[in-house]
Amino acid sequence: MPVTRARRRRRRFGLRYQATPYLMLLPALVMELAVHLIPMVVGVWMSLKGLTQFYVRDWSAAPFTGLANYRVAVDLHGPVGTDLLHSLGVTTAYTVLSVGLSWLLGTAAAVLLQRPFRGRGLIRTLFLTPYALPAYAAVITWSFLLQRDTGLLNHVIVDDLHLAGHRPFWLIGGNSFASLVAVSVWRTWPFALLCLTAGLQTIPDELYEAAAIDGAGFGRQVRTITLPMLGAVNKVLILVLVLWTFNDFNTPYVLFGKSAPRPSDLISVHIYQSSFITWNFGLGSAMSVLLLLFLLLVTAAYLTVTSWRRNDA
Amino acid sequence: MHEPRWVKVVRAVVLSGLALFTVAPIYVMVSSSVKPLVDVQSAFHWIPSRFTIRPFVDIWHTVPLGHYFLNSVLVSGAATVCSVTVAIFAAYAVSRYRFAGRRLFSIAVLSTQMFPGILFLLPLFLIYVNIGKLTGIDLYATRTGLVITYLTFSLPFSIWMLVGYFDSIPRGLDESAQVDGAGPLRTLLQVILPTAVPGIVAVSVYSFMTAWGEVLFASVMTNGDSRTLAVGLQGYATSNDVYWNQVMAASLVVSVPVVAGFLLLQRHFVSGLTAGAVK
Repeated sequence: MPVTRARRRRRRFGLRYQATPYLMLLPALVMELAVHLIPMVVGVWMSLKGLTQFYVRDWSAAPFTGLANYRVAVDLHGPVGTDLLHSLGVTTAYTVLSVGLSWLLGTAAAVLLQRPFRGRGLIRTLFLTPYALPAYAAVITWSFLLQRDTGLLNHVIVDDLHLAGHRPFWLIGGNSFASLVAVSVWRTWPFALLCLTAGLQTIPDELYEAAAIDGAGFGRQVRTITLPMLGAVNKVLILVLVLWTFNDFNTPYVLFGKSAPRPSDLISVHIYQSSFITWNFGLGSAMSVLLLLFLLLVTAAYLTVTSWRRNDA
Repeated sequence: MHEPRWVKVVRAVVLSGLALFTVAPIYVMVSSSVKPLVDVQSAFHWIPSRFTIRPFVDIWHTVPLGHYFLNSVLVSGAATVCSVTVAIFAAYAVSRYRFAGRRLFSIAVLSTQMFPGILFLLPLFLIYVNIGKLTGIDLYATRTGLVITYLTFSLPFSIWMLVGYFDSIPRGLDESAQVDGAGPLRTLLQVILPTAVPGIVAVSVYSFMTAWGEVLFASVMTNGDSRTLAVGLQGYATSNDVYWNQVMAASLVVSVPVVAGFLLLQRHFVSGLTAGAVK
């Protein structure tokens, strides 16, 4: 008797709960639809409208203008198009430098912290602190550190080390780009360290022991075991870092305030400013959609190349 | 394994350099927060000319920091609770069931991570304003609107991490609970959740940090009443006379809760990440 009851219950379980996974997913789906998918569709629709400041009160009255906003955004003879292209170039350079350096520092620190030594836990905790700091608190501190007359950097360069006779500006002009990259790397590399540390823990010790018996030194072990075994982690990590950095708004916005210097005009702040200063939401949406298309292309190319290389190997 | 001498030297040099880079801004923040105003108005001082806790008293009067703080606590707390709850159910479904659309769901949710925030900002702004006009439900410039927005920001990564975590819990646990007559809900709540506490803690910390540090939406979706720390803190910096000692004191005060939380739970965070990364 107990056997049949259990079986009957199990069968009922299977039938009755076919809908269960969908019910469990429902809240997540609804939230994602409400805050991401629907606004995205609305954004595409907005980009096809002449949604300027005159229609913010009643946006449904804005005239349909087709691809006019896109034509303005990619017109390289007009000021809007050249500024957008310039911003795209700046953002690309910023992303390559920031992600490259963050990955390099993260990998170096993760490998060097792999073997236990005195003080290792303390150093690891210290390194992770910038990641835990709220973006605005960290970046405001950097903006103080980079002040021309009262900042730590110029004090070290000019007063302590006498490397320069005058105090350079760090938050306006050409130097602002270097400042931006430095702040970004400072905030980003601990995340790379965190992921790579987690990845290193999955490499079995036997591999290193076997390599050591075969006579492979430290450098050789890093090259032949550590880096190849981190391939899967790196593939995801680099993609995520590139997308986060490319879309970064916090660092430039807090560092420079509402008007970023031209050499550091990142795309997120650029679109934000052109939308909210002139209240031209139609044009702003068109630029956002173009940005998304660009990122989709980059991601597709990245995934194709990385999986092609893996199949090849 | 035997370490050659050059490895030790390289390690000492590289780690010291990184430590210096990491510490410099933290040192600026902490030391400047106990300086009198004259120290931060002239060239940088390594050591405060006079130790004072005055900035920590003044920050609460210069701008309504207490009000911003309360808003941030309420918004981040509510967003975390909602986000983690939603993520637990979604992650359990993805981890334990084979259903049509499972792969699509995972990809779709993760891909929202790559969308630029600026893309939703403008439409969401207009949607919130118009929902308010049509139905009277205020989402624009309210804490509710901000909670709804923020909970979706941490959702994808939370689901991803929890799927990894749930996958590492043996299925035998679910099966024996079902044999005992527990439905999926009871299995999840009474058997799986207690085992997954470290993963859930890590995800909660992540969600809280995400909401606590968000700037873009906070700068557009809040006004005087619902202002959070992310925007409020800039109130000091934009005034004509910047009280840098107060700015640093305020930055320190708003950082301590999340940094302490993160560093205390660091171990769980790494293990949660490992569980997600191993897949």
